Amino acid sequence: MTEIAIAKKLGDFMLDVRLEAPESGVTALFGRSGMGKTSVINALAGLLRPDRGRIVVGGTTLFDSERGINLPPEKRRLGYVFQEARLFPHYSVRGNLLYGAKSDGAPDRVGPSFDAVVDLLGIKELLARRPADLSGGEKQRVAIGRALLASPRLMLMDEPLASLDEPRKNEIMPFIERLRDELKLPIFYVSHEMEEIIRLADLLVLLDAGKVAASGSVEELTSRLDLWPLTGRHEAGAVIRTVLRGHDTTFGLSELAFPGGRLRVTQLALPLGTPIRVRIRARDVVLASERPAHLSIRNAFAGKVIELAPPRGPQIDLKLDIGSAAEPVMLWARITQRACQEMQLAPGKPIFALVKTVALDHHSYGRYDNGEAETA
Amino acid sequence: MLTPLEIEALQLSLLIGVVSIIGALPFAIACAWVLARCEFWGKSLFDGIVHLPLVLPPVAVGFALLVLFGRNGIIGAFLYQTFNFTFAFNWKGAALAAGVMAFPLMVRAMRLSIEAVDQKLEAAARSLGAGWWRVFATITLPLSVPGIIAGAILGFARSVGEFGATITFVSNIPGQTRTLPVALYTLTQVPGSDLPAFRLAALSVAVALAALVGSEMLARRMGRRLRGVD
Repeated sequence: MTEIAIAKKLGDFMLDVRLEAPESGVTALFGRSGMGKTSVINALAGLLRPDRGRIVVGGTTLFDSERGINLPPEKRRLGYVFQEARLFPHYSVRGNLLYGAKSDGAPDRVGPSFDAVVDLLGIKELLARRPADLSGGEKQRVAIGRALLASPRLMLMDEPLASLDEPRKNEIMPFIERLRDELKLPIFYVSHEMEEIIRLADLLVLLDAGKVAASGSVEELTSRLDLWPLTGRHEAGAVIRTVLRGHDTTFGLSELAFPGGRLRVTQLALPLGTPIRVRIRARDVVLASERPAHLSIRNAFAGKVIELAPPRGPQIDLKLDIGSAAEPVMLWARITQRACQEMQLAPGKPIFALVKTVALDHHSYGRYDNGEAETA
Repeated sequence: MLTPLEIEALQLSLLIGVVSIIGALPFAIACAWVLARCEFWGKSLFDGIVHLPLVLPPVAVGFALLVLFGRNGIIGAFLYQTFNFTFAFNWKGAALAAGVMAFPLMVRAMRLSIEAVDQKLEAAARSLGAGWWRVFATITLPLSVPGIIAGAILGFARSVGEFGATITFVSNIPGQTRTLPVALYTLTQVPGSDLPAFRLAALSVAVALAALVGSEMLARRMGRRLRGVD
């Protein structure tokens, strides 16, 4: 368990954050720039001293203003991956990786060995090189390895992908997933990209103006209408939990099952049984009042309207339930007000929600741990 | 090519230059680090004191050294009685005077260089478990080496050219404290010694120029190596 309850005045800005995160999994701190995400991480790392409050990680008190405890950063054993890799330019890649492992107060080595980390991150070929000779993606991988080898009890990642282009992001993402899935290392992940969070996060913490606006599972928070100004209106959408249940190799499709139906998507190179989170953007959902025939859309789900959001301009957002009777599954649709009136949509009204298969791409998916992953 | 007198003065100057810089180096690095990285009450005053030898008349510095480190001086008497060691009227005193005069120049160059070290790298090192000393020894110091070398060699050149404080503190003793500038001064006091004086002046120019050019080259090479370009 990680407990944070801190307050800090930063100029005109008041940081006042309280949150609890579980012992494992990825906790995402999400919010626009300047909302205090990095300050929270820096306070955890000991690089920013809160005015008051306390920070406890895995039973160890790192900071407690009342008891006068403030462990220096070097005693906290938190692995910090910065946005800019911050590799030491005068050390080789190997020297950088071993820097934390050789620290004064280094505890008995816990966690993966040097070779395991080098394998995990695919950086064997880079060991003799200098940071100046590495690409952005390679630098970030080395930075992750360096933090890992300092035997951290918690990893802090401050927008580790923000300075990378799209191909480089896709290069790093699987490695972060492996930290989560294979090493079971708890991670605090700062980001302002919803895609990254859907792919990685278990717990989502929304920060707004230095305060926690909401925290909960990704599915729960993305289905809450009142949080859309924070989660991003243009990218508004719901996240649903599915399990990979079938491949259709003839047409290159995969089937993702959720309570209430099966979502057909372009084929995923993953084994059957893989738990997958899918983000369906509200603007990619089409509504029909009867089951449609003669349409190219293969994904049609029966459901009903739950809630209408206050209209904004010509558009309106609707919350739908397309799940089974026992397990509701929330989906968002964004349509024009005119369509809404003509179809006489109101809470309780039965509806068919259509999702275009090609609207879902690799940015829409994320794996999650449902306890089934190991056996599948 | 060189006369015995010239060789003696040159050797003495080089010895004093090297010893004074090596002696002053740890203090200069420490002061540079404090000025670059610490904020404290009275920092401007501290900064001023460090720079004092740069702006004071060298004779005043020499006089102050005499009062402090002369055999009857406050510190000098203690050193003489306890360790039977004295700076008075020998080459060690000349090295002390040269070191004190070169000190502010060294600190200035090193301070700039330490300030240029990215504190984000230091924070990264701390997050990896390195305590203050390890951060300094493995990150701050190596990354400021170009500036430290530049400062040391600038100080060396200044040290070799030191005159006012030296002659005031340790006088003009052949083989002990008669460095290049002091020997040059002595010659200018003797009528008809224009040529030997000119030769000594040329020798001083050569030493100073070699030191400055050497420092520039070395700093550039170290800089490239540190950035990992090389």
